[in-house]
Amino acid sequence: MAKLDLTQKLAILSDAARYDASCASSGTTRRDSRDGKGLGSTEGSGICHAYAPDGRCISLLKILMTNFCIYDCAYCINRVSSNVQRARFSVDEVVQLTIEFYRRNYIEGLFLSSGIIQSPDKTMEDMLRIAKRLREVENFRGYIHLKTIPDAAPELIEQAGLYADRLSINVELPTDNSVKAYAPEKNPATIRKAMGDVKARKDVAGERSYTGKRGKRFVPAGQSTQMIVGADASTDATILSHSTRLYGDYKLKRVYYSAFSPIPDATVKLPLIKPPLVREHRLYQADWLLRFYGFGVDEITASRPDGNLDLDVDPKLAWALQNRAGFPVNVNKASKEMLLRVPGFGTRTVGRILSTRRHRSLRYEDLLRMGASLKKAKAFITALDWSPGGLTDSADLRARFAPPPEQLSLF
Amino acid sequence: MYTVPLPRIGTDIAWRDAAKRLISAGVSPDQVLWDFDNEMGELFANATPLPPLVRRIKAPKSFVEMADWVVWHNDPQRFARLYALLWRLRHQNGLMQDRADPELAKLRQMEKGVHRCKHKMKAFVRFRDLRRNNERRSFAAWFEPTHHTVEPTAPFFARRFADMDWMIATPDVTAQFVDGNLSFHPGQPKPDLPEDAAEALWGTYFCNIFNPARLKVSAMTSEMPKKYWKNLPEAQHIHGLIAGAEAKVQQMRDAAPTLPPERAAKIKRQLRDDQADDV
Ligand code: SF4
Repeated sequence: MAKLDLTQKLAILSDAARYDASCASSGTTRRDSRDGKGLGSTEGSGICHAYAPDGRCISLLKILMTNFCIYDCAYCINRVSSNVQRARFSVDEVVQLTIEFYRRNYIEGLFLSSGIIQSPDKTMEDMLRIAKRLREVENFRGYIHLKTIPDAAPELIEQAGLYADRLSINVELPTDNSVKAYAPEKNPATIRKAMGDVKARKDVAGERSYTGKRGKRFVPAGQSTQMIVGADASTDATILSHSTRLYGDYKLKRVYYSAFSPIPDATVKLPLIKPPLVREHRLYQADWLLRFYGFGVDEITASRPDGNLDLDVDPKLAWALQNRAGFPVNVNKASKEMLLRVPGFGTRTVGRILSTRRHRSLRYEDLLRMGASLKKAKAFITALDWSPGGLTDSADLRARFAPPPEQLSLF
Repeated sequence: MYTVPLPRIGTDIAWRDAAKRLISAGVSPDQVLWDFDNEMGELFANATPLPPLVRRIKAPKSFVEMADWVVWHNDPQRFARLYALLWRLRHQNGLMQDRADPELAKLRQMEKGVHRCKHKMKAFVRFRDLRRNNERRSFAAWFEPTHHTVEPTAPFFARRFADMDWMIATPDVTAQFVDGNLSFHPGQPKPDLPEDAAEALWGTYFCNIFNPARLKVSAMTSEMPKKYWKNLPEAQHIHGLIAGAEAKVQQMRDAAPTLPPERAAKIKRQLRDDQADDV
């Protein structure tokens, strides 16, 4: 095999990394390099330095250390049984790429993952060498996200947490059975244990010792995971219940949903489908409602008997259409909890309504200026000069929102 | 009638100082003309001296913070609008909490515009290596901001890139950071910057992190509007990526499943044995 140059390696190893949805670089500690002795800063919310034509944010240099892998996960381009071209970065190459891209303001930092080479421990050790070089030799103060190898020794994962802003361990598929079927070498129990270890270690770091000192900084931006959607037959209800458990048990910062997307050299075990992008989008919306709007999984998934979300309308609207008896609500009187359930009102709009109505009563126009989407909201609210009349209970209300049937194209 | 000259560099401080004096002297908004960077020309060159600051007027913190953003907007009316709101605030308690007041809503919208411009500047400035053989490395960029955002945004770059020298040149204001000192200079035409080999690598990354099966051009352009493309080295690839996306996906779908490479069976056997040992 001819030796690959840096450009070829970068092409192969970023191509292999694009199936990881996360590119977030927010929510870590604030750091800068004003002392002139290092490079980089992090200030709360991360920056998207570019957008690819798939509409996704490019914030980090998201690459694999290597796409050689001894596992055989059916959905993955890097599985041992795939004929994809293989490559491997040296420690120095990853460090130089990260630093040089960062200096030109292309990126916020590095998101490093890897196929599993030789053994989980060996792989994790090599990834750690890169993170350590960046932090200790290059004095890099930008963002580092390491995708952890769940089977690696706990000490190695613990070390990773000292260098990284975020750790992630992908649960990959929504149920244990699906993991067994499609990622036969992976063990869901091991994945959960690794997430549990990270959580426990982070809890300790957050506590103050008897001297009042805080523990060493440990994954300040927390941990996240990813689930592939549409590769197996799991319903949205199954997926969202799993997410709820993950948020609760492991205090995950984010669960990412990744529509199963065609890969080169697919396996017969898992035929390619058109990536279910709308479904993925609805799952993110539902996830948001669960975390910030006070909804429960049962409520959100009750609108359809098959346990899946309505693809035509967003999950909050779907819920409101099913629960019209509770509407319309009076924007000048309703509780915060109820306002949050109005379709077309975001958390910001609700905050503005609450602060303004302390001074005066709100009219329809006022709501427009506050950023509410009244196209959706108007059937579900009353204001000083607005009442929806029969609209709330009209039979064709759903049809007003659902898109007309789409022309089908051959896939 | 007062004509208040406001400089292009240091606009925020100059506006705030003038507004304080005028409001404390009870000068109503229709008695003030704001002249940004001498745009009114000679006609108004003989400005009436501003009244002295006789007493401090209190303004809500939220107004002061908003004004610090809005002064950088490119709307010629920004100073007058701010002063008019400040004037109303003297007698209207709670005005800042009224998220539906049309005048305030307009200013909030302008504030948002400046926020967005600042955010895009942090995102889309692209430095090139000047390859000077100094101890500190030197970089330079050309950027075209929508509003006057260089001055409020430059400190971000100073915090981030403190161990190198850099310059961000724009038609509006140019920021320079040399040996740890930040300074501002008048805007300039686009300088000739040396080619930088890293841009080709960055382009390679941009092309390969893109997933052709998820093409969604509008989501890209809403966050990365076309007006920025000419100064983004990666943007030259966008058309080709979009044009080739469907064919690429079709290719993946059409490809018949291949036989696993030979080494796969061996690796899997080995792995099974190892995992069996573990239990
Ligand atoms: S472990 Fe599975 S998912 Fe990870 S790189 Fe290997 S084959 Fe892909």
